[in-house]
Amino acid sequence: MTAFAPIDCDIHPSIPGLVALLPHMEEHWREIVQLRGIDELNSISYPARSPLTARPDWRPKTGKPAATLEQIQRECLDPFGSALAICHCLYGVQLLFSEDMAAAFARAVNNWVAKELLDREPRLRASIVVPTQNVELAVDEIERCARDPRFVQVLLLASGDQPLGKRVYWPIYAAAERHRLAIGIHAGSNYHNPPTASGWPTYYTEDYTAQAQAFQTQLTSLICEGVFNRYPELMVVLLESGWTWLPAHLWRLTKYWRGLRMEIPWVDRAPSDIVRSNVRLSLQPTDGPPDSAGLQRVIEHLQSDELLLFSTDYPHWQFEGTNALPPGLPQSLVRKIMVDNPRATYARLLEPVQ
Amino acid sequence: MTAQAERTRPPQAGTASQMAIADCDIHHSPRQFTMLYPYLEPRWREHLDLFWQRPRQGNYSGPQYPKSQPDASRRDAWPPEGGRPGSSLDFMRTHHLDANNIALGILAMIRPHPGGFQNLDLSAALCRAINDWQVAEWTQPEPRLKASIVVPYEDAAASVAEIERWAGSPGMVQVLLLSRTVEPLGNRRYWPIYEAAAAAGLPIGIHAFGNGGQPTSSTGWSSFYIEDMVGHAQSCQSMVTSMVVEGVFARFPSLRVVLIEAGFAWLPPLAWRLDRNWRRLRAETPHLTRLPSDYIRDHIWLTTQPMEEPDPAEHLRDTIEWIGWDRLLFATDYPHWDYDSPQTAMPLRLTPQQRDAFFIGNARSLYAPGEIGRAEPQDTAQP
Repeated sequence: MTAFAPIDCDIHPSIPGLVALLPHMEEHWREIVQLRGIDELNSISYPARSPLTARPDWRPKTGKPAATLEQIQRECLDPFGSALAICHCLYGVQLLFSEDMAAAFARAVNNWVAKELLDREPRLRASIVVPTQNVELAVDEIERCARDPRFVQVLLLASGDQPLGKRVYWPIYAAAERHRLAIGIHAGSNYHNPPTASGWPTYYTEDYTAQAQAFQTQLTSLICEGVFNRYPELMVVLLESGWTWLPAHLWRLTKYWRGLRMEIPWVDRAPSDIVRSNVRLSLQPTDGPPDSAGLQRVIEHLQSDELLLFSTDYPHWQFEGTNALPPGLPQSLVRKIMVDNPRATYARLLEPVQ
Repeated sequence: MTAQAERTRPPQAGTASQMAIADCDIHHSPRQFTMLYPYLEPRWREHLDLFWQRPRQGNYSGPQYPKSQPDASRRDAWPPEGGRPGSSLDFMRTHHLDANNIALGILAMIRPHPGGFQNLDLSAALCRAINDWQVAEWTQPEPRLKASIVVPYEDAAASVAEIERWAGSPGMVQVLLLSRTVEPLGNRRYWPIYEAAAAAGLPIGIHAFGNGGQPTSSTGWSSFYIEDMVGHAQSCQSMVTSMVVEGVFARFPSLRVVLIEAGFAWLPPLAWRLDRNWRRLRAETPHLTRLPSDYIRDHIWLTTQPMEEPDPAEHLRDTIEWIGWDRLLFATDYPHWDYDSPQTAMPLRLTPQQRDAFFIGNARSLYAPGEIGRAEPQDTAQP
């Protein structure tokens, strides 16, 4: 690898199973789960045995990938020499429609992560899983977990019930800004809406590809609704988005902002300027052209060396070996991606922890 | 725009004293909707009088997201004799075709395009009437204009019948769909339309907009018109993804698709993402035998409006080189407010070959091969 100890901004520990969450639920919910035979909350966003979901050398013979601390240390933290890694638990809490059940499950996931991962491995940090089904309950969970400095971000999904810029969600951003938590929007959906503007696709290949469009939609919404005007300190991180779509998207959004400012008069800076100050994107996957010279051009189009944050997306299969960096990046950019940009993005990362 | 930028911009094509151009996205309209009635059976006139159009949205008439300008049009495009922008052939001739030396104009009927109506029989009847009207009143009197066959695309069999009715007609140069449909356009329910178009040698033009009744994004309904407008890039990306991954181009190797008013800078990153994902997940799609980017490169053209506006403008050159100088079709979107002027829309210095391809050559190859004599650029001092 390199001389830098990177900060890995996107890894995915697995909850071994719903039964592992039971000790972290109140008695009422334990009883409900067992009485009703509630099955796992697995999302179709990552079919368990799909090639993308786990790289072959990260897929154990039995059990889920990334399900034990030992796996995470041996396969992810140690080989990349990571100083820190931020855990995004993609257990399907967001799929639920019941608000209270979602809140109970979110609490259980966050408690499991704190006890099984954060307590046992000082290099790990995490994002707070929240029940977006009810914004008040989501804010309660943020307030609860924010007391623990090892939680550095609020985790939201790229596709939900409504675009994330809508005012109904603003209490989440207020709480995040109050506690200097970033907002992490991760690939995936609660599937409360079809994955495209023309309904349901046929193939998983389409669904995973559509994640990039979901990020574009959310970025438009956050900017146009004025989230960054109201919460100027808020940092929003787009996780596992593919990121090379960003320049083209900003050209279009900025162009239409010029022509349609009468509709959104509060947006008093060009969208491309807002992104450069308040939005960051994790590195993997990099949906680049086949040649490294082409990727250099895309990086040039970004017009900022502060946007990209190192990530492995472990255990998803995005690259081979330890080649998490696309080839041909200038060394000055490498250090920024691996260390400086993550440190600047996550205010809570460098706070002392017990 | 600074003086510096003006000096680096070459004089543009498209004025009466310079080269003839194509405009691959012009929007015509009847002066009043009832002017279609002579082309419509009495039974449907009565139906419309009582029950109106019923698109897949709640608004009885007009758009779900109110526009930013009256009729979404340029303020100077209202004909002096009255009627909507785009409703007067005479005014379109002087205001647009003559003024910009347009030798080939492609009409796209979207106001309305009946393809998304809830009532499929009404949709089919109105498509038939619109097609009869636009040939009689637009393409026959004006040889510079060609039209697009509107079809009731949610009813594939009825669409096939309408395509076969017009196949071989010199006034019709493509089949027209809208981009937001009941299911993604790669879905097999639409394949008979592609089969009929390919058999007739006609491209499929897919124009942004329409409403399949789904929310405007994967994450629900946006608030603002600006989101609706920017969002066409996202919905057209998932539409292209669907067509590629479902295997439309594997199944119909001669099919040509034109994306109209979708933007174009999003296409290279989408193609790269599709290639990565297909390589990883190809066990899911054994019917695909080539890279997605190869299918895209061989089957898809794009009109240029709304022109992408990177700053610095030179970044646009990378994008066009990734897409291919042979793939872009100049368009103005006359008479809409975000119209692209032929004089100012292209900010790059072009070679004569690029300029010819971009402003007219690609359109002629696609829509009118061999039909119109190639006009030489008159200003040979172009860089």
